[in-house]
Amino acid sequence: MLLKITNLHASIHGKEILRGINLEVNEGEIHAIMGPNGTGKSTLASVIAGRDVFEVTEGEILFRGKNLMELSVEERAREGIFLGFQYPVEIPGVSITNFMRTAVNEIRKYRGIDPLPAGEFLKMMEERKKLVEITSNLTNRSVNEGFSGGEKKRNEIFQMAMLEPTLAILDETDSGLDIDALRVVANGVNKLRTPENAFVVITHYQRLLDYIIPDFVHVLYEGRIVKSGGKELAIELEEKGYDWIKKEN
Amino acid sequence: MEPDNLHHITPEWLGELYDHSHFQLTAHDPPMIRQQREKAMKSFSKLGFPDLKMEDWRNTDLSESFERSYDYPLQPVMEDDFQKVFRCNIPHLDTAVIGQLNGWFVSRDVPLMELGNGMIIGSLAEAMKKYPHLVEPHLGRYADLEHNGFAALNAAFATDGAFIYIPDGVKNERPVQLVNVIQHPENIFIQSRNLIILGKEAQLTMVHCDDSYDHQPSFSNMVTEIVLSDGAFLDHYKLQNLNNDSTLVSSTWFHLERESRLESHYLALNGGLLRNNTYVRFNGPFGHTNIYGIYLMDRKQHVDNYIAVDHASPDCTSSELFKGILDEQASGVFNGHILVRRDACRTNAYQNNRNLLLTDTARINSKPFLEIYNDDVKCSHGSTTGQLDPDAMFYLRQRGIGEDNARMLLMFAFADEVVSKIAIEPLRFRIEDMVKKRLQGELQICEQCVLHCSTPENPVEFKIDVSKI
Repeated sequence: MLLKITNLHASIHGKEILRGINLEVNEGEIHAIMGPNGTGKSTLASVIAGRDVFEVTEGEILFRGKNLMELSVEERAREGIFLGFQYPVEIPGVSITNFMRTAVNEIRKYRGIDPLPAGEFLKMMEERKKLVEITSNLTNRSVNEGFSGGEKKRNEIFQMAMLEPTLAILDETDSGLDIDALRVVANGVNKLRTPENAFVVITHYQRLLDYIIPDFVHVLYEGRIVKSGGKELAIELEEKGYDWIKKEN
Repeated sequence: MEPDNLHHITPEWLGELYDHSHFQLTAHDPPMIRQQREKAMKSFSKLGFPDLKMEDWRNTDLSESFERSYDYPLQPVMEDDFQKVFRCNIPHLDTAVIGQLNGWFVSRDVPLMELGNGMIIGSLAEAMKKYPHLVEPHLGRYADLEHNGFAALNAAFATDGAFIYIPDGVKNERPVQLVNVIQHPENIFIQSRNLIILGKEAQLTMVHCDDSYDHQPSFSNMVTEIVLSDGAFLDHYKLQNLNNDSTLVSSTWFHLERESRLESHYLALNGGLLRNNTYVRFNGPFGHTNIYGIYLMDRKQHVDNYIAVDHASPDCTSSELFKGILDEQASGVFNGHILVRRDACRTNAYQNNRNLLLTDTARINSKPFLEIYNDDVKCSHGSTTGQLDPDAMFYLRQRGIGEDNARMLLMFAFADEVVSKIAIEPLRFRIEDMVKKRLQGELQICEQCVLHCSTPENPVEFKIDVSKI
C-alpha cells in the first residue's frame, strides 16, 4: 500500500479542519476527492505534504509504511510525494531550469544516485515539455512569474513530469482552466500514469473527471470523508449537487 | 604605549596636522585649488565630524571607528613589488585599470596617460599639474564643502586620486576600472579624491572597486566628483569588498547636464562600516538616472546608503532600487531624499527600498523622503522589510529542495533583481558568483584581490599593464 491515512485530525490556529480522515491509496489507483468549498480538501493535501501551519492533533499518515509526521517537507517530496498547487507561487529571479535541476538532483542525492549531467537534464526537460504541450521557451523564465492561470497549472504538471513522483496530489488543478488547458493537463496525467504510481485528484467539479477517470471517488464534508464510491458517484454528485450531501449529514 | 605614528582622528589633531603640513599639502596646487584647500579647512574646523544627533547620521555610529588610532601618511608608501598585487581576474573583462594603493595612484612612472582618442586617465595630482585648465573648473565645485564635514576635510587634505577625462563626442567602449586597494601593516586613515569629466555626448563605463587586501583596520574618506556634460552617458559601478574592521565614508557627487544619462550600481558585498553618500543633481532638462543598490551584510557589519537626488531642472526622471539582505547582527540604513524644485515640471521620480532580515537581531532603518515644490510631477516611494516568503519556501521544499538551498535560491533571486541590471556581462557573471559565495558564507578577503576567487574553467588573469592602456 502506498498511502494509509488513519483517523487524521488537523487544525490551524486552534480551529479544527480535519476531523478524522481515513483513506487508503494503492499503486496504480486514481482517487478523486470532491466536496463543497471549505470542507478541508486543500488542508488534507497540505497536511500530507507537510505544511507546518497545520497542526496534526490526532491520527497518522503512513507513506509506504513510513510515518510522514517524522519527515520534513523536502524529505516527503524526496520519498515521492508531489503536490500540485491550487495557487502556484511566483518566484521572481529563480529560473525554471535552475529550480528543476536543483530539485531533480536533490531528490537523486537523497536516493543515492549521481546528479544528472547537464546535457541529459536539458534533454529530459525538452521531452517533458512536450508532454504538457509547452512550446514556449520556458527554461529562461522565472518560476510562474507573469504566467497566466493556465500556464501555471501546465507548469505544475510539467514539474510533476520532471520529478516522477509515486504519489501525486493535484489540488484543484482544474480551477480556472478553459477546456483546452484542462484537456492538456488531463492528458499529462494520463500519460504519466503507471502501475507503480498513484494520483489523488482534488476537485470541486465533476468536469475534470471526464478526462481523468478515477477508480474511487470520495466526498469530503466538514473534515470527514462522508461518502466513497466509484466514478459514478461523481456523476451522481453533479446531478444532485452538494446539498444532497449536506442534507444527509 | 601607542607607536608615534598612530593617532586618534580628531578635528583638533587634524587642525594641527594641517598647520604643520600646509606647505607639503599645497606644494603642487594651482592657485585656485590652494585657496579651496584653505577654505575647506576652515569649513571643517567649524563642522567637525558628524554625530548621531544629526538627522542624516542618526543611525550610523562612527564612535567605534574613531576610538581606534591610525597612521595617516601624507605621502605614498609604495612597495616595489606592488604591481604584482594588482590583479583582477574577472574572466573576459577587458578594462583599463587605474590602480590606487591607500588612496595614492600606483604607477608613479607613468602617472597620466593620454590616449589616442584624447582620453586622459591617471593620477589627479599629476592632472592638477599638467592640465589645470581641465581640473580647475570642476574640482570642488560639486561637492558640498560648506555643509559636509567629511567632504571639507577631504578637500583640505587629499592630494591624489584618480582623474578621468573623456573629450566631447568620445564613446569609450572599454570599461575603466578604478581599483582602490587598502593594504598597510598598521591601521590606516586614507583620504583621496577623484575627478571624472565626461564631455558632451561622451560615454564611459566605469567600475570603481574598494578592496581590502588584509585584515588591518582602516578608515577611508573618499570624495568623487563626476560631471556629465550635455548628452553624456555614464554606466557606473561601485563595488565594495572591504574587511570587517574597515570604515568607509564614500561620497560621490554626480552633476548631470542637459540630456545626460547615468546608470549607477552600488554593490556592497562586505565591509565593517560602509557609508555611501550619493548626490545627483539634474542641472539641465531631460536628464535621466537609474540608481541600483544591493547590500549583503552579516555579523556586526553596518551599511548606510544615503541618496539625494536634486531635480533642479524640468523633464528629468530618476529611479532608485536598493535591496538588502541582513543577517545576524548586521544593520543597515536607507536614506533616500528626492528634492523637486519649483521649476522642475514634469519630474518623474521613483524610489524603492526592499530588505530581507534573516534574524531577529538584524536591523534596517529605511527612510524615504520626498520634498516637492512643483505640482506637475510624478513621485512615489516604497519600502518593504520582511523575511523570506513562507509560501515560496514551502513551494521549493515541496519539490524536494532542502531548506538551506531553498533559502539560498530565494535570497539569490532577491538580490538578482539588482544584479541582473549589470550591463557588463563578464562583470555580471562574476558578481552573481560572488553573491552566491557571499550568501553561502564562502567569500573571504583573499591575500590579494578578492576578485581572485577563481572560476577554475576560466583562469584568466588581468595584470595591470600600462602599455596596453
